[in-house]
Amino acid sequence: MTEYNLFSKAPKGDLYTKWEDYKKSLKTLTPEEANKYKVIVIGTGLAGASASATLAEQGFNVHAFSFHESPRRAHSIAAQGGINAAKNYKGDGDSVMRLFYDTIKGGDFRSREDNVYRLAEISKSIIDQCVAQGVPFAREYGGLLDNRSFGGVQVSRTFYARGQTGQQLLLGAYSALSRQLEKKKVVFYPRHDMLDIILVDGKAKGIVTRNLIDGEIKTHSADIVILATGGYSNVYYLSTNAMASNVTANWRAHRKGALFANPSFTQIHPTCIPVKNDFQSKLTLMSESLRNDGRVWVPKKKNDQRKAVDIPEDERDYYLERIYPAFGNLVPRDVASRRAKEVCDEGRGIGPTGFAVYLDFQKAIEEKGEDFIREKYGNLFDMYQNITDENPYKTPMKIYPAVHYTMGGLWVDYNLMTTVEGLFSIGESNFSDHGANRLGASALMQGLADGYFVIPHTAMNFLAQESPLMGDITDRQEFKDAEEKTKKEIEKLMSIDGKLAVDEVHRELGKIVWDKIGMARNEAGLKEALAQIPKIKESFWNNISIPGSEKDVNQELEKALRIKDFIELAELMAYDALDRKESCGAHFREEYQTEENEAERNDESYKYVAAWDYSENQEPKLFKEELKYNNVKLKTRSYK
Amino acid sequence: MNINLKIWRQRSASKSGDVKKYRLENIDPNISFLEMLDILNIKLVKEKKDPVAFDHDCREGICGSCGFMINGQPHGPQRATTVCQLHMRAFKNEDDILLEPFRAESFPVIKDLSVDRKAFDKIISSGGYVSTNTGEAPEANSITIEKEFADEAFLSSACIGCGACVAACKNSSAMLFTSAKVAHLSLLPQGQKEAKNRVTNMVATMDEAGFGSCTNTGACSAECPKEIGQINIARLNQEYISSTLAGFLKKKE
Repeated sequence: MTEYNLFSKAPKGDLYTKWEDYKKSLKTLTPEEANKYKVIVIGTGLAGASASATLAEQGFNVHAFSFHESPRRAHSIAAQGGINAAKNYKGDGDSVMRLFYDTIKGGDFRSREDNVYRLAEISKSIIDQCVAQGVPFAREYGGLLDNRSFGGVQVSRTFYARGQTGQQLLLGAYSALSRQLEKKKVVFYPRHDMLDIILVDGKAKGIVTRNLIDGEIKTHSADIVILATGGYSNVYYLSTNAMASNVTANWRAHRKGALFANPSFTQIHPTCIPVKNDFQSKLTLMSESLRNDGRVWVPKKKNDQRKAVDIPEDERDYYLERIYPAFGNLVPRDVASRRAKEVCDEGRGIGPTGFAVYLDFQKAIEEKGEDFIREKYGNLFDMYQNITDENPYKTPMKIYPAVHYTMGGLWVDYNLMTTVEGLFSIGESNFSDHGANRLGASALMQGLADGYFVIPHTAMNFLAQESPLMGDITDRQEFKDAEEKTKKEIEKLMSIDGKLAVDEVHRELGKIVWDKIGMARNEAGLKEALAQIPKIKESFWNNISIPGSEKDVNQELEKALRIKDFIELAELMAYDALDRKESCGAHFREEYQTEENEAERNDESYKYVAAWDYSENQEPKLFKEELKYNNVKLKTRSYK
Repeated sequence: MNINLKIWRQRSASKSGDVKKYRLENIDPNISFLEMLDILNIKLVKEKKDPVAFDHDCREGICGSCGFMINGQPHGPQRATTVCQLHMRAFKNEDDILLEPFRAESFPVIKDLSVDRKAFDKIISSGGYVSTNTGEAPEANSITIEKEFADEAFLSSACIGCGACVAACKNSSAMLFTSAKVAHLSLLPQGQKEAKNRVTNMVATMDEAGFGSCTNTGACSAECPKEIGQINIARLNQEYISSTLAGFLKKKE
């Protein structure tokens, strides 16, 4: 078994100039030289599309793969609220240093200083880039860019395009990618699932794909492989992720030696539309930006069956404003979510299930007018009304936390390379920047920072030291073996012939993960999860049924290939949560909390990134990357 | 509630298809239309029958993946709503509901209700961008844009590329889709430098892809889940005329 000595490979030197200095030291290739190399990019959301476009602009030949029919369908499109940047346009004292500090603190001191500082620094260039592409950000009457504030910070630094910021940014990256498609520097493979990574002499040199239209299994070779495949929230079955978002590409890479970092760091978003019935297929997020004007409350009395309007002001508990006077409704996501769970567990939740709290706009409407609220959140209010059949301008929204984002992901160094040489991971699919909790409007920032401004430099530096393959190498034995293995796996799945639909197994898995590895975890629950998940696995391999043929469009087979990996991931999440005997950010171990029910971090023993190695039929092996803080002081997070 | 579904079943592009009937009972009117199809599909899987293929992903009305005809209307009966945001309460007990794929020569059927909208990507690739490389951008606030124009550009750029406009049009025209991108970029100073080539190239690609002509019936905007307006088509025509006129004058010189 390989032993890993994990260190970030961040260059030495002054934090504030490190990235700029490092960039100058990196090796570069001219467009003519770059033209000799082929780069595979998996996933074409914000990170994948921006990386593909930029690498193509540099001269590389990019082959981009997606299970979607078009890059514009990637789930980045659904991000609502905005993107952070330390532009300080509002003159409210914002700076790169402040964004850096907010992000480190928001992540509860479980992320790398060097990466986070770089992210904060790059944030400014992202806005410039997107504006130049024609992204129609919201503007003020004077024609300048507008900003709003978001949870966990006290400045206004979030750029937005109504409640559709992700859509507009993705369409920007998609347009840059489209320009390269026209120039034939990018070849796009729509409706392809990546099912394996192929290593040659220990380096990532190819992939196995399944064409989702005709089922063809094929191998592709390249000089490097970049994974931009997003997060794994769907391990919970119900989440705000799109239906097909999955961990498969990352998991297959993990099985081939890419360590998986902090898998149990999963973000529960406080403002989602509550679950209504057993048929629910997914959850819908209501942007965090709503907490700028919405006030969160529950009745003071338990089991209060009155309508919201009938509950007088002095019988309402605006619990976030009460507990956190400084940040009020704008506390970070993990804090807002946990407090919502707490009041509901006390029996003060509202709605038919009792698992919901109010998000009330009455005061904002009275003070600022309904038109102001409509201008700012119109599409979100419409979406809410359409789903719930209730008018949020008249009655408060009902919300409850739901799984939304995964901070964990493939371990990467400062260059965004995984523990497999030549295999990179960018955007949500890596673990790098958000520590134990991500701040709002920082996912879009990280996806685009990695894709536009980091990987083009670090991948080029890597390639400049590699001799190009110059041509297809898929006739090598490694490729034939990988193709054969994938075909066998599919044959095995198709032959199961049980009685359950794949979705039913997924729903069972999701229940366990939500109950035991969700908003609050404890040792007994995690051990139960570790006992139950193997039974789910057994049920999957014996009881599922996949009708139809693997040679056609077969959406049940697609799902089965993904659930299989989610089951294995769920186990790893439990091991990870069990190992971390502290509470930090979104990882709340009930045994480790303060008297005021806040997370109790243990910096002495757990100030590390937990990176796990895969081993078939054995417990995963833990490797630690110690985190060093030279520029910020470790503090207990306080939002009071 | 109980419903009677009639669904177009077609195994692949090269095979012929037909309409099959399915009945579902005790459906909760508060579930979404696609959750109703999930229930049907789980039932079919348990009967070892091939489930109905349809495109969908975000289920929040923004990715543009979903879309098929419900009783002859793209995305069904509710105004400004994608299929994934449509709920069963929009139907009545014992309703007959006919589901068919979007019908257009440029959108070949992949399977059942799923169609191939690759032609839309081709249109965008032929000019739906501003030619700027990463790292070349000037400071963002050095470009000021009147709020009015920025807001208008946003409304055009809110198109989700679902293809309902094409399916609604008797000529299968992609004019609304194409014009929304042309308008988005030509309303902004960043997009104006390339405006002339953009419009001619995108219109040419649209024609090559086999989409029909626009005869201004307005059916596209009426069925658009994002309410992309007819004004975009007017803007495209304006851009197109000024572009061809400029080309004509240049030739004369």
